[in-house]
Amino acid sequence: MKYISEFRDGKMAQLIAEKIKRTVESNRHYAIMEFCGGHTHAIHRYGITSLLPSNIELIHGPGCPVCILPIARIDYAIALAQLPQVILCSYGDMLRVPGSDQYSLLKAKAKGADVRMVYAIDDALMIARQNPTKEVIFFAVGFETTTPPTAVALLQAQKEQLKNFTIFCNHVLTPIAMQALLEAERNDMDCRGGPLCPPLLEGRHRGLPLRSDLQIEKRKGLDGFIGPSHVSIVIGSNAYKTVAEQYQKPVVIAGFEPLDVMQSIEMLVLMINEQRYGIENQYTRAVSPLGNIKSQQFIAQTLELRDRFEWRGLGYIEKSAMKIKAEFSEFDAEIRFPMTIAEGKEHKACECGAILRGAKKPQDCKLFATACTPENPLGSCMVSSEGACAAYYAYGRLSNE
Amino acid sequence: MSKINFKHGMVEMTHGAGGKAMHQLIEQLFLKAFDNEWLLQRRDQASFTVDNSRLVMTTDGHVISPLFFPGGDIGSLAVHGTVNDIAMAGATPLYLSVGFILEEGFSLNDLQKIVLSMAKAAKEANVAIITGDTKVVERGKGDGVFITTTGIGVVPAEVQLTNQIAAGDKVIVSGFIGDHGIAVMSKRQNLQFNTEIISDSAPLHSLTTQMLQAVPNIHCLRDPTRGGIAGVLNEWANQYGLGFVIDENALPIRDAVRGACELLGIDPLYVANEGKLVAVCAAADADNLLAAMKAHPQGLDAAIIGVAISDANCFVQMKTSFGGRRIVDWLAGDQLPRIC
Repeated sequence: MKYISEFRDGKMAQLIAEKIKRTVESNRHYAIMEFCGGHTHAIHRYGITSLLPSNIELIHGPGCPVCILPIARIDYAIALAQLPQVILCSYGDMLRVPGSDQYSLLKAKAKGADVRMVYAIDDALMIARQNPTKEVIFFAVGFETTTPPTAVALLQAQKEQLKNFTIFCNHVLTPIAMQALLEAERNDMDCRGGPLCPPLLEGRHRGLPLRSDLQIEKRKGLDGFIGPSHVSIVIGSNAYKTVAEQYQKPVVIAGFEPLDVMQSIEMLVLMINEQRYGIENQYTRAVSPLGNIKSQQFIAQTLELRDRFEWRGLGYIEKSAMKIKAEFSEFDAEIRFPMTIAEGKEHKACECGAILRGAKKPQDCKLFATACTPENPLGSCMVSSEGACAAYYAYGRLSNE
Repeated sequence: MSKINFKHGMVEMTHGAGGKAMHQLIEQLFLKAFDNEWLLQRRDQASFTVDNSRLVMTTDGHVISPLFFPGGDIGSLAVHGTVNDIAMAGATPLYLSVGFILEEGFSLNDLQKIVLSMAKAAKEANVAIITGDTKVVERGKGDGVFITTTGIGVVPAEVQLTNQIAAGDKVIVSGFIGDHGIAVMSKRQNLQFNTEIISDSAPLHSLTTQMLQAVPNIHCLRDPTRGGIAGVLNEWANQYGLGFVIDENALPIRDAVRGACELLGIDPLYVANEGKLVAVCAAADADNLLAAMKAHPQGLDAAIIGVAISDANCFVQMKTSFGGRRIVDWLAGDQLPRIC
């Protein structure tokens, strides 16, 4: 199909793979994080790892909106859905994510809660208009990609003076999360403790058979990032300036198709070899330096930074998420339906936290593919096709078994 | 396979989605409770003998939303679904029964449209609807109309469908996949998009008759409805203790379906079909069978898409056009669109 098959051309992939092989320095290790779950999915679906030299390690980042939401927020959403007269709407994958005691929105729905899967927030607005006697709550999740529609829905709701529409806002920010990962890593270089340090060190080279005869230099820290596709369309490539400059890392913004990923890895390897840091853009067909200004204006008009927000696996990160501005508080579900939610209970053996930090691989988790499977996910990383565990389960088992 | 928790569990939508959860429910509840040799055939229909006649019986509930979609409606679908389940046993469909569950307040005009559409579909398929039942439930207790059809057919003497699959057997699909599912999705209330795709809903027994004349000992036939091609292949892999390798480049998929799937983040291998079949036959018969299919108007776009292999893991694998291999697993629940 036009504009799809060109980016999935196996022959071209082999050519790029050859180029990468020629470019890598055999005596060093390349630790590259793909921040985005969309990339994790593409890497597994197309078997990209098998095309790369063994000293390039791809580390999965926390960029999966379903995965990083802490259990307490899911419990909050389930509690909202169970309020009388409430219709709770959300995007597909969110419905299956287990909260405390493995309870999910889908289970709440089976018990009688009115939970609806929508494809766009517009559908939630429509449901609100059609059901004036009900309280329609939209469970908004996602990185910067899904934030602009939430902002527009707030403006629309205000314009129409909708009295029965609120948003449970959980939008999170990509560059801040990247910085938090790097900050943890920086503290980690000579520390022996701290919440993020040990697993980050311990797991760095896991799952990759390092050949002893090559005397690979085990480097500490991430060498570079494959930057998000859709997120970058909204925020622009300049948004990673702090990551690139303050932490001196190369960032290559990459499209979601397999050849995009391959080409980005080639660009990263070159940058790493030349010890260059900064931002390069592979995804020029969609991403500009400044991003989508109009979207950014809508967000600035309606949303503001939270002081702090909890991320599954990363803990509390300052100024890492958005909340609804006071002028729009009548549409803020957290203000309209305040609740005290106990700290969420993770499954005891679930390793989603360490997996989201890039410290562990799915197969390091005892539950992986045994108790925890896509039809019975115990942790969030097994739910979304973008989650590292679901991707490994769907596409990775072939090589491991 | 994980155990269902009957003490505390409840029915979820996934139990009806044609994937692993439904398979578990059938294995752990229905098969266990009804335990008999016919049910243990684990097919969409049961074959049995009465006075030396080989008969086939099947039943199907239809709960589709929306009731009317491009290329059909719940009425024609109810006839085609049952006719096809009979045809997949190599049988000629003869008689159908129909049960209506109607919701109070449902438009009689729509009901008439549905019933006339059923009558037309039955006539075209050369089957008679010879008995039926009507029940009405209170408003809010049903979704307009639910239809259950049961069918009976007879297997001609010369047909020798083996219902066994061996490593090396070829897998053939009768045409473009995913049309029905995408046509229906395009009309869902919260997902309207414009597409020229219409449902492939059609009776397949004339195609199967022609196929069985060419190759009387076809190994297996199945119509890939809910759960799609991936569902059928995984069920077979599980049932016969082997694996499959399919070739992505060989899959007949219309560009419009491919495009809609890309947009929605779903995989055409899991999308429902109502007028397509998957056949498995010995490698030596494959070209012959393919030619017979291509000679029938419903098999013009038929293609050999893969091969059965011995595999203790019972994996269905796909050679991707990108050059790798990946597992095509059961669908865990409904296909849900991705968030970003």
